[in-house]
Amino acid sequence: MSNRAASYPGATGVSYFIVALRASIVFIILCGIIYPLATTGIAQAIMPHNANGSLIKDSSGNVIGSELIGQSFADPKYFQGRVSSIDYNAAGSGSNNYAPSNPDMLQRTQDSIDAWKKNNPDVPVSKLPIALITNSGSGLDPHITPESAEVQIPRISNLTGVAVAELEKLVLKHTEGRDLGLFGEPRINVLKLNLDLQALIKS
Amino acid sequence: MGILQIVIVLAVLVLLVKPVGTYVYHVFSNEKSRQDRIFGPFEKIIYVLIGLKNRDGMTWKKYALSFLLTNIVLTAVGYLILRLQKYLPFNPSGIDNMEQTLSFNTIISFMTNTNLQHYSGESGVSYFSQMAVITMMMFTSAATGFSVAMAFIRGITSKGETIGNFFEDFVKAHTRIFIPAAVLVTLLLVALQVPLTLNPTLTITTLEGAVQSIAMGPVAALESIKHLGTNGGGFFGVNSAHPFENPNSLTNIVEILSMWTLPAALPYVYGRFAKNRKQGWVVFSAMMTLFLLFLSLIYFSELRGNPAINAMGIDSSQGSMEGKEVRFGIPQSSLFSAVTTAATTGTVNNMHDTLTPLGGLGTLGEMMLNVVFGGKGVGLINMLMYAMLGVFLCGLMVGRTPEFLGRKIEPREMKLIAIAILAHPFIILAPTAIAFLTDLGQGSISNPGSHGITQVLYEYTSSAANNGSGFEGLADNTPFWNMTTGLVMLFGRYISMIAMLAVAGSLVRKQWVPETVGTFRTDNKLFYGILIGTVLIIGALTFLPAIVLGPIAEHLKLG
Repeated sequence: MSNRAASYPGATGVSYFIVALRASIVFIILCGIIYPLATTGIAQAIMPHNANGSLIKDSSGNVIGSELIGQSFADPKYFQGRVSSIDYNAAGSGSNNYAPSNPDMLQRTQDSIDAWKKNNPDVPVSKLPIALITNSGSGLDPHITPESAEVQIPRISNLTGVAVAELEKLVLKHTEGRDLGLFGEPRINVLKLNLDLQALIKS
Repeated sequence: MGILQIVIVLAVLVLLVKPVGTYVYHVFSNEKSRQDRIFGPFEKIIYVLIGLKNRDGMTWKKYALSFLLTNIVLTAVGYLILRLQKYLPFNPSGIDNMEQTLSFNTIISFMTNTNLQHYSGESGVSYFSQMAVITMMMFTSAATGFSVAMAFIRGITSKGETIGNFFEDFVKAHTRIFIPAAVLVTLLLVALQVPLTLNPTLTITTLEGAVQSIAMGPVAALESIKHLGTNGGGFFGVNSAHPFENPNSLTNIVEILSMWTLPAALPYVYGRFAKNRKQGWVVFSAMMTLFLLFLSLIYFSELRGNPAINAMGIDSSQGSMEGKEVRFGIPQSSLFSAVTTAATTGTVNNMHDTLTPLGGLGTLGEMMLNVVFGGKGVGLINMLMYAMLGVFLCGLMVGRTPEFLGRKIEPREMKLIAIAILAHPFIILAPTAIAFLTDLGQGSISNPGSHGITQVLYEYTSSAANNGSGFEGLADNTPFWNMTTGLVMLFGRYISMIAMLAVAGSLVRKQWVPETVGTFRTDNKLFYGILIGTVLIIGALTFLPAIVLGPIAEHLKLG
């Protein structure tokens, strides 16, 4: 580029418009079509498992979900995930966006606490972790905190007959630490945990 | 552990500022560099394709005309694609054409780098629209903002030269910054489990035997540029809270650094152009100081939690987890929220509507000031605008003609700056008032009481700051919200850009005033204090009444 402010004869609005139009077409093709398709191609070729949503199969080879997407567990013999206003329907995503002062949210939380008391008489409410009875942002949170799994052990042991010690071992096995030992939070993938629990119940 | 992991991310950012800033400086300084050998040949092809015959410098008016024309054409083409997506390829899930006012809102939202989304990604747009409109505009709007920022910097720092050639800047921003960075970050994200596929929504049978549909698509390719270009529009409705967009804390950090590094490096770039790096570091320090204030407010409020829930007798030691994800917890959620509203990205990894009142105030405050790093280029421009205002105020106090970087700041510049500074609160507060006066506006509020005020205030602040995050409880996909926020986004983006280009165009032609002992310095601690003071005083004067009615009232009521 030369540094003088040139007044060139063709530099009218019309010629700028033509450059703008051609630039738009070039960048729609480059950034809107070539870039996403090329990166998709590369990712599919070298990392197909990740690129296709980290799907998990059961022992007979059927896809039963994605390790990244939470599932609804209605049966109390399984470990329960967090509250999801969309009931883990991953065709969409979202939550109620309740304000901290919203009476509906406070009522829902109180209801969860009451239900907890009824279904888990062995564990005092003071031990119930907040993460378990709050709605995740995505409504698809695949994780619970390790404490949220531990407090469910007495109930599951009662319902399934699997020994408490065995369940504790299972929870410990599935506890993922912080990433690189430093970032994020310790957590447990509920689907993977329940997959092992199911095998344990069957055996 | 919480504070430590935040500090490490901040440290990495600070270490990246100099190398990234140096690279960006070489891209736009137009001096010969090693970069030319790598990227030059590709750029020559693009110059031929777009018919750019010469790359002479432009006057500010021609620069403004070129960037506006380019944006208008892109907007028109994008609008057509959204309206016709049903008939276009790559639509395996069979998604219908987008409605008129929603298309209007969406296309302005992406062209202005706001990425406010009144549609839901899973069901509102086809894969073709996700790529050819959404992903494409994430590049072009970021490149536009970056180019204008560079033109502004050249204007206020160079002697009697031009402010550059828009088309050349626009091409180079793509070829040397956004495209290579996006390819790298995309592949890194896939390696960390973000999907990238053209397969349609998957239907599976769950462990319990229920049917679950799982939406996916070319996520990673959008995710990278979404952050690099401080765009923020999610592939899915819940944005980076979705486990496919942001599956773990490492992707969280990659996304944070992607959106933060370029805006944080711009003050350094400015210092290089001004041939006085201290100028750049003074601006950077002022931004970082304000950032740390807001980050602390968010982090400690969320950690303290919601008093109403804490009173229920459960173990709430973790903090306020409503609307947050377990894998991020309080630290990674707070940091993400602080960065996304500082860098005006608007991507969210937790629901801002559910933040505690003071946490929500932190995010709102950063967008109201709109100078804490800021989006592609815009934050730096705004901060320098405040710097000139600060110089002007000091000049008035001592009775001397104010100077900035060796040039006199005179009534013409001050008028333009006043327009730009006043436009921001005006386009936030006036529509907020209108929304409350009409049933059309009031009917969309989902949370009762003071929080409802914050919802509306947040929506317009986010639009004006071209941030794009929302208090998403607001039922905002109605013609009223689509049209009003669409206009606010347009004004928020283009008024200040054009006014500031005019300031640059006026300064670049001025006589240089030699520096003397009496010159008011803008590269020392005193000026750092004046800059922060100016920003806070103007911000507080304009927004305090609105903040008191919204988040502060809610905070006091919650106890």
